[in-house]
Amino acid sequence: MPNPPKSGQVNPVSRRQFFRNGARVAAMTGLGALTGVLATRGTAAGWVWQIDPAKCLRCGNCATHCVLEQSAVKCVQAYAQCGYCQLCTGFFAPEPNELTTAAENQLCPTSAIQRTFVEDPYYQYSIDENLCIGCGKCVEGCLRFGNGSFFLQIRHDRCLHCNECAIARVCPGEAFRRVPAQSPYLLKSVAK
Amino acid sequence: MRRISKFGWLGGLLLLLLGGVARAQLLFPPPEFESGYRMPVTTTPPGRALWLQYLDVGVLAACLAVAVWLIYRPRSRRGIFWLSLFSLAYFGFYRKGCICPIGSPQNIAYGLLHPSYSVPVTVVAFFALPLIVALFFGRAFCAGVCPQGALQDFFLIKPIKVPAFLEHGLGLIPYLFLGAGIAYAATGTGFVICRYDPFVPIFRLSGSFFLLAAGVSFLLIGMFVGRPYCRFLCPYGALLKLGSLVSRWRVRVTPETCTQCRLCEHSCPFGALREPAPPGAPAPIPGERRTLGWLLVLLPVLIIAGALAGRALSPVAARLHPTVALAELYARQQQHPVVYGVMTPEALALARMAEQPGTVLEAAADLRGRFRLATAIFGAWFGLVVGIKLILLSLRVSRTDFEPDPGACFACARCFSSCPSERVRRGLPVVTVQPPVPAAASALAK
Ligand code: SF4
Ligand code: SF4
Ligand code: SF4
Ligand code: SF4
Repeated sequence: MPNPPKSGQVNPVSRRQFFRNGARVAAMTGLGALTGVLATRGTAAGWVWQIDPAKCLRCGNCATHCVLEQSAVKCVQAYAQCGYCQLCTGFFAPEPNELTTAAENQLCPTSAIQRTFVEDPYYQYSIDENLCIGCGKCVEGCLRFGNGSFFLQIRHDRCLHCNECAIARVCPGEAFRRVPAQSPYLLKSVAK
Repeated sequence: MRRISKFGWLGGLLLLLLGGVARAQLLFPPPEFESGYRMPVTTTPPGRALWLQYLDVGVLAACLAVAVWLIYRPRSRRGIFWLSLFSLAYFGFYRKGCICPIGSPQNIAYGLLHPSYSVPVTVVAFFALPLIVALFFGRAFCAGVCPQGALQDFFLIKPIKVPAFLEHGLGLIPYLFLGAGIAYAATGTGFVICRYDPFVPIFRLSGSFFLLAAGVSFLLIGMFVGRPYCRFLCPYGALLKLGSLVSRWRVRVTPETCTQCRLCEHSCPFGALREPAPPGAPAPIPGERRTLGWLLVLLPVLIIAGALAGRALSPVAARLHPTVALAELYARQQQHPVVYGVMTPEALALARMAEQPGTVLEAAADLRGRFRLATAIFGAWFGLVVGIKLILLSLRVSRTDFEPDPGACFACARCFSSCPSERVRRGLPVVTVQPPVPAAASALAK
């Protein structure tokens, strides 16, 4: 029985070997062309997911569909847009018993919004991101009767930057899009 | 739509009249503080630093180089084991499996067809590097760099042999999955390969129950069927298989002479080791030629049939696209209205569509057209794969030694030490190596 010395070639250059070499060269050329095309339009830093606050419908999916146990989406406060209202409709549940920080008066299911007195009659509202689950209830409340300074954003220190964001595909507002990683937020700014 | 209370309107009007023009769109004027209060700014924590992403590419390249070296120089199973442990820790549990080469063909397809998305260089590198290595050295990536492969490999305890027809039949699924992933990425639907990766949720230790259950099931099956995801699902594995089939150098049980002792026969847990051609009688050439001729005629038939079948499936396939799904939900609502609760995603989506139904319907129609083309190409691709598979199966076996099939071999280096010539070459004690497949299992396989 013929035992080839090494490297598994039966004949010096068999037909199959020839075919393989050709296919390999073709594959390398194809790969080279492909990477060439991609490189000419490539970006270095890449993309991250973000929510366009103008398109978000506050549906609640952000709280439940992130691959993380606790969603990477959080409510953020555009302070310059906030009215610092005493009766914040993003903070208080509709018709609260009294304007105190007791949990039953709050809209937020996790009491993630901190209400601190600034000066009469103004209160600052900020979000404790360790508590916020991104449900968007306060965003809706603030938008309905207030200035709309609360809005949802993916927080990139928490986000895993999934190749496909699990919330994006269930977002009824089609509010998710890829944004350049150098400017990874779509912040609300004061209306000019 | 933004609803505004009557009071709000009044407030807004008042604001306008009072000359707060600059902030006219706010219901309540932001206060002018007198107590020296400093307004906080909205923080914007950045994502993963760019240099860390380049580090990932560097680690990938280094791991690939080490894997190739381990397979061809020391030919060390132990080395491959430790390398895959590292890869599992780094690419799996530290990097949480994203981005990985398995999903990268989708980014490439999406980037080619959507000019607004330029594929990041790191993703191009993750796509191309393992493939280039496969074209020269075989599946070194699968051997010791892929965290998904490593995870399954660790669970392998008692491999049983999968019957050949199943091995070949199920082995076609990766090509289907690859085609589907590319078709869905090209139509802008989403990245289904990432969506249904069963191991990434395990790396993250969180995810949907369905996927976690799927991952655990794969690992349990993987105790007896070596690397089930790699062999019967992985779409990137399909690409690597194609690359390895034509690779420059090949993994061999031993670089020394094969004495046909059959000791290595059952040493591959993945059924990749192939027997040499039976000595003496080569199959009658004319009959073989005829089969090959028929198969070559069959090839275009398969391609056309595949394209037609794919096209017929396109309405169903298109439903995965959110815009098409919304348009269909809307159409159903027109006929049999269902009441969705307030603020539910469905109700909100329908309300959004009701604002401009024409635009969404148009977009959906356009997408359906693209799906007809995409699914036809997908079907043709699968027809081609089946045809080529049949042709390859009909070709005469030309190998004279026990050799791993270059496409199926993960280069895990398990079979090396079962070869007595190899043990002599490496100065290892030559004992009669117990084949790792227990008697019962190999009897089952016969
Ligand atoms: S899923 Fe979309 S619409 Fe719903 S809360 Fe999140 S961003 Fe808003
Ligand atoms: S209401 Fe929801 S989105 Fe707003 S702070 Fe609370 S948890 Fe976060
Ligand atoms: S990209 Fe992933 S981690 Fe980030 S918000 Fe989306 S699902 Fe969550
Ligand atoms: S076949 Fe796929 S999952 Fe398995 S090791 Fe190779 S790339 Fe990874």
